Amino acid sequence: MTTFTPSTPEQVLETVSWAAAEETPLEVVGHGSKRAIGRPLRVEHTLDLSQLTGVTLYEPEELVLSARAGTPLAELEKLLAQNNQEFAFEPMDYGPLLGQEPGRGTIGGALATNLAGPRRVKAGAARDHILGIHAVSGRGASFKSGGRVVKNVTGYDLSKAMAGSWGTLAVVTDVTFKVLPRAATEATLVLRGLTEEDAAHAMALAMGSSAEVASAAHLPESVTGRVLDGALRGKGSTLLRLEGFGPSVAYRFDRLSALLQGHGSHERLDDAQSRQLWREVRDCQPFADGTPRAVWRVSMAPSQGHHMVMALRMQTAVDAFYDWQGGLIWLRMEADPEADLLRALIAQYGGGHATLIRAPAPWRSAIPVFQPQPPALAALSARLKDQFDSRAILNPGRMGI
Amino acid sequence: MSGLKMPLPDAATLARRAEIVADMRIIVPGEGVVDAENAMRVFETDGLTAYRQLPMVVVLPETVTQVSRILKYCGERNIKVVPRGAGTSLSGGALPLADAVLLVMSRFNRILDIDYANRTVTAQPGVTNLGITHAVEQDGFYYAPDPSSQIACSIGGNIAENSGGVHSLKYGLTASNVLGIEMVLISGEVVRLGGKHLDAEGYDLLGLMTGSEGLLGVVTEVTVRILKKPETARAVLLGFASSEEAGQCVADIIGAGIIPGGMEMMDRPAIHAAEDFVQAGYPLDVEALLIVELDGPAAEVDHLIGEVEAIAKRNGSTTCQISTSEAERMNFWAGRKAAFPAVGRISPDYLCMDGTIPRKELPKVLAGMRELSEKYGLRVANVFHAGDGNLHPLILYDANKDDELARAEAFGADILRLCVKVGGVLTGEHGVGVEKRDLMPEMFTEEDLNQQIRVKCAFDPDHLFNPGKVFPQLHRCAEMGRMHVHRGQVAFPDIPRF
Repeated sequence: MTTFTPSTPEQVLETVSWAAAEETPLEVVGHGSKRAIGRPLRVEHTLDLSQLTGVTLYEPEELVLSARAGTPLAELEKLLAQNNQEFAFEPMDYGPLLGQEPGRGTIGGALATNLAGPRRVKAGAARDHILGIHAVSGRGASFKSGGRVVKNVTGYDLSKAMAGSWGTLAVVTDVTFKVLPRAATEATLVLRGLTEEDAAHAMALAMGSSAEVASAAHLPESVTGRVLDGALRGKGSTLLRLEGFGPSVAYRFDRLSALLQGHGSHERLDDAQSRQLWREVRDCQPFADGTPRAVWRVSMAPSQGHHMVMALRMQTAVDAFYDWQGGLIWLRMEADPEADLLRALIAQYGGGHATLIRAPAPWRSAIPVFQPQPPALAALSARLKDQFDSRAILNPGRMGI
Repeated sequence: MSGLKMPLPDAATLARRAEIVADMRIIVPGEGVVDAENAMRVFETDGLTAYRQLPMVVVLPETVTQVSRILKYCGERNIKVVPRGAGTSLSGGALPLADAVLLVMSRFNRILDIDYANRTVTAQPGVTNLGITHAVEQDGFYYAPDPSSQIACSIGGNIAENSGGVHSLKYGLTASNVLGIEMVLISGEVVRLGGKHLDAEGYDLLGLMTGSEGLLGVVTEVTVRILKKPETARAVLLGFASSEEAGQCVADIIGAGIIPGGMEMMDRPAIHAAEDFVQAGYPLDVEALLIVELDGPAAEVDHLIGEVEAIAKRNGSTTCQISTSEAERMNFWAGRKAAFPAVGRISPDYLCMDGTIPRKELPKVLAGMRELSEKYGLRVANVFHAGDGNLHPLILYDANKDDELARAEAFGADILRLCVKVGGVLTGEHGVGVEKRDLMPEMFTEEDLNQQIRVKCAFDPDHLFNPGKVFPQLHRCAEMGRMHVHRGQVAFPDIPRF
């Protein structure tokens, strides 16, 4: 049982080459803030990247930042904020939901798990902002992909392949991300008292308007009291976020409110409250209850989410709220995780996928944490894994392959 | 063809040509199989017309089942396949091979689904880029990526090339605007990646497919995101006495937190060619011209126009015109959009290059280009997606003059080397194809390229899709299987515990 803590990419290469030669698997971790997600690993050695840190390039005017993979995300966000910039993909923090302290996690982890936030509907996820990487494959070969410029189609986009691979293809040592200006201000239009069906309709109207809504979420009555220190307790809240320059936000707020007359009663949350609210929605605060009850993250076509949830409620006890206009559904199961039932209903309502984000280890060993794929696609994924990590030494089995 | 080596045609395949054509006719009945030389002639090249090659046979399937059967047939018999959309590639991505089936997807030309609640359009891959916008514009929506060939290029081809366009700084490349695809593998298997949901599950195969230049699979259905049209758009036309000032103005606009919908730069030769051609009213006494377009709600656009104007003045702009009507805005763009044909008027032929550089390196790269222009004795005009650093130098030459094409190609290669040297890349949006294939080692080490080829091996183990493109040398997958041996050693008895 050894923990390797390399502080240079060369040391990462040495460790992975050794492990590949010995055919001994490694668990690859940064801060370990998302370690409890995925099928539990049975490996002897750990490759801890938390000492592989440092910003290697930051040019605010070029909208680009490069860092070693183990650099704390919080540190980078602080640096960007000093220049009125940010990662526009708004990486969520799984800490509170998983019963850990908030504010941990590395930039490499953000890429490996393809983090996103409520702005996903407008700005995309980590995959949409990664420009380039250096990495060491499970075969013990170091390679780079991409670059430091935003427009680049030179060769296959291996940087994107790292997004959502949960450390199973290669050990990323360096990342380069596109960064963007932070909005000068934001505000949230809250529609109170809509049913889930009405909320889905109102969110679609808002997102289909020229008001440039950056985020759209719905917190049903059972959930709405668990954000903003209880300030939204009571009837369900449908949340529409506007960001930008002051005059623009004010103008769009009025337009949006006028468009949605008749859709519940309207309230306004100003900058500070709006920021707090969306951080809590981002981090799944309503289900950060300190319990081990199963929490699913479901991705579906936005218009279908509530139909699936209503069908699920007929068969099991579940608490739910919606982000991404209804396309991201957080589900807290009151008893059994009901994986088969849930996945069958997702298929029935237009398809998508479910990931078991929080569950005790025995459940995560017994239930496929990530969505099982149809045979041809699963075989293709397995071949891809093999081409990066032929001896299956990097987080073997974590994603099911 | 100047010095480009393509894979040698396989004699065994060519010997079976008649049989292959007959079998293709069984799979695709009717007029979907073309084998007469004169009829195949229209397919012998794409947007990179310097290279021409007749295919072995052209097949135009109409159904996914046909595509699947064609690929399975070719996969089992080791027959090469070159997929083709509208054939507008500027890098030779759809250049046929003498021993390959040219799989033309133009009959897949239907819009399958328009879904405003989820803001998606699902289309067959042969639908044009602009065809998607046309299908939804009466309801105020549009598809954001807008390559300049958008009237002709297909959405399937956009996936293959990860196409960009003028608006990609604000709205992203194709990769950020496609939600799902259906594709057929060389085995004939049909797989779906993503759908109408925002993030696809498992490995980001969709990200790998986007920009894979027809080397991994054939796309048979595409689901893209559509956006509501911005409430308004206005453009500012700015002239500068030097490219340094114009470049600093771009940096300051972005530094002020403004992301314009489009931000284009032209140099003096491009300005003059465009003005002579369309009389857009461009100032002729400037070294650099910037077009900055701001789109969004009227209140925001008005606010930002004022800021951009102030920034331009601080940077010494000598002209500053703000569009006051849609007609005037379109007029500002007319010259830029006509820049390529305008250059075509002043030169018998031109090569369009496509490097991307960190924006701050622009003055250095332009100066380097002037030196190279003298060295090669050829003129160059520059249009530049200034916001994202994507350069389009147009090298002027005359193919009828002895060695001018060869000189133009050498000039272009030197420009791309310069782009890589200052931290940029070989291609921003046109793809590698055959054009930049042999320059790949300028940017990538052998290990970098090998990992890319390994990805290809996962999809296409016998390298039957589009060989001769992208990779200077395509190692056989079986030979790639060897483990990396570190400095001749495999054992690490004393691995340090850092």
